[in-house]
Amino acid sequence: MKVGVVTFPGSLDDVDAQRAVRLGGHEAVALWHGDHDLRGVDAVVLPGGFSYGDYLRCGAISRFAPVMTEVVEAAGRGMPVLGICNGFQILCESHLLPGALIRNDHRKFVCRDQRLRIDNASTPWTSSYAEGQEVTIVLKNGEGGYVADAATLDRLEGEGQVVARYLGDNPNGSMRDIAGVSNERGNVVGLMPHPEHAVEELTGAGTDGLGFFTSLAAAAFA
Amino acid sequence: MPKVVVDVMPKPEILDPQGKAVLGALPRLGFGGVLDVRQGKRFELEVEGEVTDEVLQRVHEMAETLLSNPVIEDFTVHVGEAVAEEPEVRA
Repeated sequence: MKVGVVTFPGSLDDVDAQRAVRLGGHEAVALWHGDHDLRGVDAVVLPGGFSYGDYLRCGAISRFAPVMTEVVEAAGRGMPVLGICNGFQILCESHLLPGALIRNDHRKFVCRDQRLRIDNASTPWTSSYAEGQEVTIVLKNGEGGYVADAATLDRLEGEGQVVARYLGDNPNGSMRDIAGVSNERGNVVGLMPHPEHAVEELTGAGTDGLGFFTSLAAAAFA
Repeated sequence: MPKVVVDVMPKPEILDPQGKAVLGALPRLGFGGVLDVRQGKRFELEVEGEVTDEVLQRVHEMAETLLSNPVIEDFTVHVGEAVAEEPEVRA
């Protein structure tokens, strides 16, 4: 599959995401925030970083980048879209995902190897995992507290839209320990931890993150 | 130049870690008696021509679309005072 990785001004993890896409067995296609063009990709990753310097709110300016018009439209047609960290924030600001991400409750930047449980293994980004599988993936964020009103949280839990949860100490004050959510259809997934940093033994905390990038193939042939 | 002001505040039920940090700093500096602090944002928009209802409606749309995130923030729009001249610097 061809997987596009969008680079915004201030994206940090776009090159790592491209590498993870290739290790997952796909072709990585660099996409530019200023283009109204997805270059024929089959899926899109919005990478981590500090797009537009996090000015106004994290993801608030990126949401209106030209490429996002095409991403929102493609997501509506069912194209798999994964937002990691800043990408998750952009997806929430774009209203592709419910809720929002606010500053960590303890007010410090957090950077650690984080235990997670995959709660929904039926999305195109998580089908390589088993439901309930526990994994360790790098987490690094300053504004990773997931918030939504109680009715939305109940709906997310009831409909299986909580994709991953933090295990152990809640690292950032996210409501109900939510680390990642999907849209109703399941094709759009936002995740605060960084699976693209956990794809090789040489660097990071093992290879538990690779599943997010191999899942696409499994989903395509399902 | 006429000015329209948009004040954006975190919703009351949303945790405000920045406000909490300020609240924690005040007593350390000897400022007592403050029970809570909420930190928001203020936008001052200089607009062309008269501030008509139509202009205020457009600013309302700007606030809803870009300046605030309605999931976590509330906003108010009001007409501000004319933008001041350069403030006089006193020695």
